[in-house]
Amino acid sequence: MQEEHVVVIYPHPDDEAFGASGTIATFREKGIPVTYLCGTLGEMGRNMGNPTFATRETLPEIRKKELIKACEIMDVQLEMLGYRDKTLEFESKEEMAEHLFSYLNKIKPSLVITHYPGHAVHPDHDAFGAAAIAAVEKFPVDERPTVWAQAISLTHVEELGEPQIKNDITPVFKQKFAAITAHKSQADGMLAKVKKESEDAEKAAQSWLGVESFYIWDFKS
Amino acid sequence: MEPIEMKKLQVEIDQLANREVYVHLETTNGAYASHFNKDAYNVGAFIRNAKVTYQRGKVVGTGSTYRVGLKLDIGWIYAEGVNQFEVDEEGRLLMAGHDREGRLMVALQIGETPFHY
Repeated sequence: MQEEHVVVIYPHPDDEAFGASGTIATFREKGIPVTYLCGTLGEMGRNMGNPTFATRETLPEIRKKELIKACEIMDVQLEMLGYRDKTLEFESKEEMAEHLFSYLNKIKPSLVITHYPGHAVHPDHDAFGAAAIAAVEKFPVDERPTVWAQAISLTHVEELGEPQIKNDITPVFKQKFAAITAHKSQADGMLAKVKKESEDAEKAAQSWLGVESFYIWDFKS
Repeated sequence: MEPIEMKKLQVEIDQLANREVYVHLETTNGAYASHFNKDAYNVGAFIRNAKVTYQRGKVVGTGSTYRVGLKLDIGWIYAEGVNQFEVDEEGRLLMAGHDREGRLMVALQIGETPFHY
C-alpha cells in the first residue's frame, strides 16, 4: 500500500488558497502530508493591495512572504519553482514536466491536485496543469498517482459533465479564509468587494468558496 | 507610490534622459476580463528590460491622470493613464496607473540597471 501524500501543483501564490485550501485542510486534519509546488511568485499580478501597498517591483517579495505564511497556516511543505508569471505557456512543456517529475519522483504522491488544462481560464493555469499531467504520465501506469483536475471555466459542466469530486469544505472554512487572507495583496480587493455586499465578509465568501470541485483525470491508457 | 506631481516627476524623467536606461512598460486588464464579463476582451502587453536612450521625456496631463512620452532616436515610448509614481530604493523611476480597486492598469518604469527576473 502506497503511503498517502498529496502534491498540489498550481502556478500562482493564492491559487492554492482560493482553489484547494479547504481540501488541503481536510487532508492535514487526517495527518496526510501535503506539498505545494508553486510555479511562480505571481510577479505580474494586477492586485497591488487595496489601498495599494505594492509596486510591480516589490510585488514578488511581498507575494513570496504571503505564500510562505499561507503555507504555514495550511501546514504544508512549500517548493517554489522559480518560473515567471504569465510566461508558462511559452516555456517548453516537456522541460516543465521533467522539472515537476523530479519532485513527484522523490515524493511518490498518492494524489496530485492541479488545474484542468483547457478549462482553467488563466493561460498559466492551463499550461501548468498540462505540464503537471505530462509529469504524472512519466510514471509507469501502475505507479501513477490519481490526479484531481480543477476546472473553473464557465463551460466546464456543460462540456465535461459534473465534477466527480465535490468537497463541501464548510467545516474547515475558517482555515480556508485564513489561507486566503494571508495573501493580503491579492485578497484585499476581493474582500472589499464581498464586504460591500455583506457585513460579514467571511460568511459571504463562504457562499461562493464553500465547495471545491475536481475532475478525476482520465489517462486513457 | 504617491500621486503624480508633474513638476517633481518631470525632474526625475529629465535626470534619466540621454543615457542608456532599461524600460519596463506594460498594460493589462487581467487574465479574467472575459471570464467575468463575456463582452470584454483580454488585452495586455508588456516589455521588460528594453534597453534604450531617450533624448527627451515629458509628462503631460490634467487632473489625476497623465501621459508620459519618451522620444528615442528612431521611435517613441508612450504610456497613458499613469497616476502615481515613486523613485524606489534602487533609484528606479516607477510610474503606474491603478483603478479604484487598486489594480494596476498601466506601468512605465525606467532604471539605469536591468529590472529583476
